[in-house]
Amino acid sequence: MEVTLRSFWTFVHGMGFGMLYLMACSGAFVGLYHFTTSPTPSETSAGKQRFLTIYLLTMVVLAWVAVLTGAYVIYPWYRAAPPLGTTDLAMFPQRLLMSSPTTIGWHSLGMEWKEHVAWFTPISITMVAFVFIQYGRDLKNHRQLRTAVLCFAVASFVSAGISGFFGAMINKNAPVQGGQTIHLSGGEQK
Amino acid sequence: MNTSKNPSMTEVVTRTNGSGGAAILSAAVGSFALAILALVGDKSAAVKSSLVFYKPTGPLSGVTDIALLIWLALWIVLEMRWCKKGVALGPICIASFVLLGLSFLLTFPPIVDIF
Repeated sequence: MEVTLRSFWTFVHGMGFGMLYLMACSGAFVGLYHFTTSPTPSETSAGKQRFLTIYLLTMVVLAWVAVLTGAYVIYPWYRAAPPLGTTDLAMFPQRLLMSSPTTIGWHSLGMEWKEHVAWFTPISITMVAFVFIQYGRDLKNHRQLRTAVLCFAVASFVSAGISGFFGAMINKNAPVQGGQTIHLSGGEQK
Repeated sequence: MNTSKNPSMTEVVTRTNGSGGAAILSAAVGSFALAILALVGDKSAAVKSSLVFYKPTGPLSGVTDIALLIWLALWIVLEMRWCKKGVALGPICIASFVLLGLSFLLTFPPIVDIF
């Protein structure tokens, strides 16, 4: 069982950071809404505030690492230009997608949207975490601020969802591959 | 008699909303700046080539670097000006939601192609 270095990094970017972020979103929505609207003081204890702060900061790190690895590690492999005369485009995912009318949309719509919209995720969640850290329990007293924070948290989820969906579909149609081979296990014949 | 209070029962001091308003508006403006830069880069070859800050990533590097700089610079400026003030959060939130919505639309390729 083997995996190439580029496939490994694509996996880390998509499944390790992106998917983990998407899964964390539901917890953030519930936590933020519950913490900032609950009338019971025990529901907004210092311990719960600390937990939610660490939770949101982890999401901020995940979001930034996901977009930075996407833009500066995987995207250059995706958009690499093949040398003149190249007929096998397997190592050049963007050109491979563009070579067929049945797959070109994954690049012209999917990647073109994903590469930009993905950045709304870390920007939005950084703002959400900052406001929560600044205001904490006091968000109860700022209805508009609370609404804005929840809306931006939803926006970060939507942009991450768009990026995750197109990332998965693009990698299914034209996987990023190549580089050093990583040997995972020998396996056995049955 | 124990006079110490449970931390969860202590009264929360209400902060001014300026700091929150600064964070919200700057995030929306940063997102909108990214969308506009992506749109302009898509329509102008000269702008597109000038946005290549890191060749392997292409114009995306310039689009995102400039947008992040605009976001952070605006955030710092607004934070310094508004952190101790109360601001009219209603218009700020409406403007921010509009800018964020436009950011999503202006990065969507079929809409980019209209321009």
